[in-house]
Amino acid sequence: MSSHIEAHEHGEEHASMSKGKIWQVFFILLGITVVEFFIALYMVPKDIIGVNIANPVYIILTLFKAFYIVAYFMHLKFEKVGLVYSIVVPILFIIGLILVLTNESHYWVDLKKVFENL
Amino acid sequence: MSTHVTQIDEVKTTPWAGGRSPFAVEYGKMMMWFFLLSDAFTFSSLLIAYGALRFSAASWPSAELVFQSIPGITDHGQPLVFVGIMTFILIMSSVTMVLAVEAGHRNSKKEVAWWMFATIIGGFTFLGCQALEWSHLHHEGFWWGSIPHAEELKHLFRGGEEATFHVSAQQFANLFFTITGFHGFHVFSGVIINIIIFVNILAGTYEKRGSYLMVEKVGLYWHFVDLVWVFVFTFFYLV
Repeated sequence: MSSHIEAHEHGEEHASMSKGKIWQVFFILLGITVVEFFIALYMVPKDIIGVNIANPVYIILTLFKAFYIVAYFMHLKFEKVGLVYSIVVPILFIIGLILVLTNESHYWVDLKKVFENL
Repeated sequence: MSTHVTQIDEVKTTPWAGGRSPFAVEYGKMMMWFFLLSDAFTFSSLLIAYGALRFSAASWPSAELVFQSIPGITDHGQPLVFVGIMTFILIMSSVTMVLAVEAGHRNSKKEVAWWMFATIIGGFTFLGCQALEWSHLHHEGFWWGSIPHAEELKHLFRGGEEATFHVSAQQFANLFFTITGFHGFHVFSGVIINIIIFVNILAGTYEKRGSYLMVEKVGLYWHFVDLVWVFVFTFFYLV
């Protein structure tokens, strides 16, 4: 019975990451990287968009790449939902760390001004 | 004698009702996931420290001006091309790794061995490129605790307060070598682990075991290394 279930799940897994799908994900990753280069080497130097727009765009595109690597290459999308949450939810703590240290860096800027005025 | 079972006596079959593995993964694979989670925190700490120092600095070296050489071809004028090649190599080796896992599901020893070999080559190529990148920066004067002369330094910045150039260039150098070094160390460990698995594949260890699950587990590690590079690339070379 249990071996039957395993065989069934194995079959499902097999179907989820076929060779075609692997290459599809590869071209998505490659495409996103090419877009990033296009922005960095053409659009920003030619002043078509500013750095203040380009930087958030890079970060969003990077998060897309991260999603494709983790979901498809690392196969997390096809795991049990409990495992997915136990990996993804702790990552949210990193957002907290980002907020704390961004705040801290603004404080350092102010601190430098205080020292300059001494 | 009634065969009717009241609701409370029914045996539950939900994932968490016991008698089965709720995550339905082998323990080694699950532990690999939790190790990678902890490693993600380590890398995040490094990258967030980098962000905090950079955003509080009055100037910062411009990536296009620092990274504009292709070792062995040209010393300047080709911003970000070399790191683009490195990124491509690492993504490519991630693809060969999934192809090895895919071949493992079909128990095709020959194909797994071939794709695993390609992954190892990709890993070594990336490490070679990184060594060239490091030695190039080192020749320019960057290292832990050392930066180029003030005259040369001026050409690496686009605006910003000139009085702060030496401090921010030093922070840049320390962070660059520490973070890419820590990542490179991960790639190096990954290549070593890949070689061990490759030898085991050739020796028929997994064929006898009837499953190439070990390939999947090291595959997770290898993809994670690729994932980290995606972030390092964005924050050091693009932003």
